[in-house]
Amino acid sequence: MAYESLFISACVYLLAAVISVPIAKRFGLSSVLGYLVAGIVVGPFCLRLVGEEGADVMHFAEFGVVMMLFLVGLELKPSLLWRLRGPILGLGGSQVVLTTVIIAGIGFACGLTWQVALAVGMALALSSTAIVLQSLQEKGLTKTTGGQGVFSVLLFQDIAVIPMLALFPLLATLQVGGSDDAHHGASAGPIQDWLAHQPGWMVTLLVIGAVIAIILAGRYVFQPVLGIVARTHVREVFVALALLLVIGIALLMSTLGVSPALGTFLAGVVLADSEYRHELEADIEPFKGLLLGVFFISVGASIDFSLIASKPAIIAGMVVGLIAIKAAILFALGGLGKLILDQRMLFSLALAQGGEFAFVLLGFGVTEGVLGTELAQMLIASVALTMALTPLIFILEEKVIRPRIGTREQEDRTPDAMEEEAPVILAGFGRFGNYIGRILRSQKIEVTVIDSDPDHIEFLRRVGIKAFYGDVCRHDLLESAGAHEAKIIIIALDEEAKTERLIETVRKHFPHLKIMARALTRPHLYELMAAEVDFTIHQHSGSAAEMGEAALRELGFRAHQAARVTKAFKKHDLKTAIQATVMRNDEKAYISFIREQIKDMERHFEDDDTLRSDAKVDSAWETEALRRDTNSTS
Amino acid sequence: MPKTLILFAHPALEKSRVNKVLIEGVRKLKNVTFNDLYEEYPDFQIDLKREQQLLLEHDRIIWHHPLYWYSVPALMKEWFDIVLEYGWAYGAGGNALVGKQVTSVVSTGGSKEAYCAQGHNVYTIDEFLRPLERTAKLCGMHYNDPLIFFGALHFTEAELDAASTTYRQLLED
Repeated sequence: MAYESLFISACVYLLAAVISVPIAKRFGLSSVLGYLVAGIVVGPFCLRLVGEEGADVMHFAEFGVVMMLFLVGLELKPSLLWRLRGPILGLGGSQVVLTTVIIAGIGFACGLTWQVALAVGMALALSSTAIVLQSLQEKGLTKTTGGQGVFSVLLFQDIAVIPMLALFPLLATLQVGGSDDAHHGASAGPIQDWLAHQPGWMVTLLVIGAVIAIILAGRYVFQPVLGIVARTHVREVFVALALLLVIGIALLMSTLGVSPALGTFLAGVVLADSEYRHELEADIEPFKGLLLGVFFISVGASIDFSLIASKPAIIAGMVVGLIAIKAAILFALGGLGKLILDQRMLFSLALAQGGEFAFVLLGFGVTEGVLGTELAQMLIASVALTMALTPLIFILEEKVIRPRIGTREQEDRTPDAMEEEAPVILAGFGRFGNYIGRILRSQKIEVTVIDSDPDHIEFLRRVGIKAFYGDVCRHDLLESAGAHEAKIIIIALDEEAKTERLIETVRKHFPHLKIMARALTRPHLYELMAAEVDFTIHQHSGSAAEMGEAALRELGFRAHQAARVTKAFKKHDLKTAIQATVMRNDEKAYISFIREQIKDMERHFEDDDTLRSDAKVDSAWETEALRRDTNSTS
Repeated sequence: MPKTLILFAHPALEKSRVNKVLIEGVRKLKNVTFNDLYEEYPDFQIDLKREQQLLLEHDRIIWHHPLYWYSVPALMKEWFDIVLEYGWAYGAGGNALVGKQVTSVVSTGGSKEAYCAQGHNVYTIDEFLRPLERTAKLCGMHYNDPLIFFGALHFTEAELDAASTTYRQLLED
């Protein structure tokens, strides 16, 4: 069967992931390290389960980086991105330029021609978006000032790859065999051919046009289409659309010779305000995670140990030198960025490795005749090693350096760039949820609303309420809606089974959340009480009680008296419900109990005088007895 | 006839004979605003702004209530706590009520004889009403002699009529 080899590879990669990541986690290490080590183990220098096709797999898995940037974009509203423009251009720009110049200078001093030295400098200036962002997210450091500096630099690097790729052909000094193999994908289609023959300004114009098209489409096309597809309530179609969106934009951008990651990042930013944001996040996340996992494994597998073994001293020197130089430059820049010491250490160590773009640039450099195969392979091996060392550097930073420095940044000092998560998640936003939401918002408490009715959501958005589309029972959606940071989840769904499922999910994945659930029927109320949620109430009890109270007033009751009667009734009703919960599964006992309760209730409120004069809530402000007593004494 | 605000507090008017008659006789008077606290705030959520506005609009305040446990009913106490704000009714800058008249109108179960050194309750009604007197004076108001209906539980029809007339005359003064 033709699938067989594919399935064997899939099995190897998945098995490697399933075995290595839990082990890494068990020892408190990041999953990235687990993947990398797994890659080394299954790679050509250990078990040989992955061979030549490793490089192809790596190119394919690079798509995980594209998805990651889409997700990063989703987290970043345009306004926040605009606020980050300073660090992106300042920190990112100076990091790339300084590192390129210094590494190129060293290369030149070591006897490389200036063209080769410059190419090497550019390739090595870039860091690994995949490893760094994944590690920061896992350690919860993305919202620190250091983490944001890291993010800004990575973003600039992703953009900087484009002019670098354009510059490489100009640096060519070597003769290349096949001359017209220029554009680095071997299969140059008719569009690329046509593009290759256009003047520079035309290409620039097209790129700008594509960016504008993505922004406009995000506003006026993606949004309504997402709505239409969501209304079908067929989940896999929504997933398909999400994937189509990411892959389509990536394809468009790479056809134009622009970084696909940049395109999807932009699309993410445009959709960051969308009500489908959390659903998109939840749908793309597993694909991204798997692809990145595969990517890390293939990085591990691609490390050429025979090359390293043949020149251990030179490679070791290059690895240590690269990390030291990059870290030193970053440390200096962190000072200019006014980072405090611990954040500055994080900033400089996190970005000290080489990145996946180095593989692309160096490979491209070889085909373009910029540098020789031997030098490129040594550099690739060194870069792969620095990437493999990164998780270890993170551990060093976390376990050794940070405790020494001690000045851990306060969490609440960085409210700005990334969004603060709301303390309350409202699941289901009909009238009931709406009311609760308004009460909370009146006290300036942020509420994240999740509802599975797109029409509903659209309306809420229009009136200015922060609402998201999705099936709230999915724990990944809850997670991206901020369930880890929230304190309470209020469940006001219209289905008992769904409510039950959500409670199970929350208990399993977010046990810290207080659960407040609305009961739809009397038996449902008993079920929720039996489930021991933190608060539950029958959906109609509040309004029925108020209507009853109003009826009493219409009948001439004093307002205060009506209020007391109603409250007493509510209390009695609650007591009954608690007792009924215990015997809800024994039908016979339950029926007779309810019968008894109704009688009891009537007795409780029975009145020997007229209903009007005394409803016997209790005997406060008693006058009759007092009148009799004072008569007999006087 | 000064504009008069009756602050009436009775948690169980349905059980009272005398107070029903008393308020029937006065609530419709032209110069009177009748503010039935337990009817207005059954859940004790007193509307501070409304109450202060009412006070400002009147020259004479009547605190009308039965005597419960030698004191005002709970909501009346809540009314003092919430409405007579620092900086508004008393304290620095608190002179909104200065110069207004205050009269307590109180019904008691015990007879007049019970409220003296030799009687069942040992102290006089004036002594029991000291907190009200001090409250009024602290706010710069004139505290008039209170109107007390002693032994209200046992009023005859004739006594009820007389009480109603007395109350109305006080307000038409």
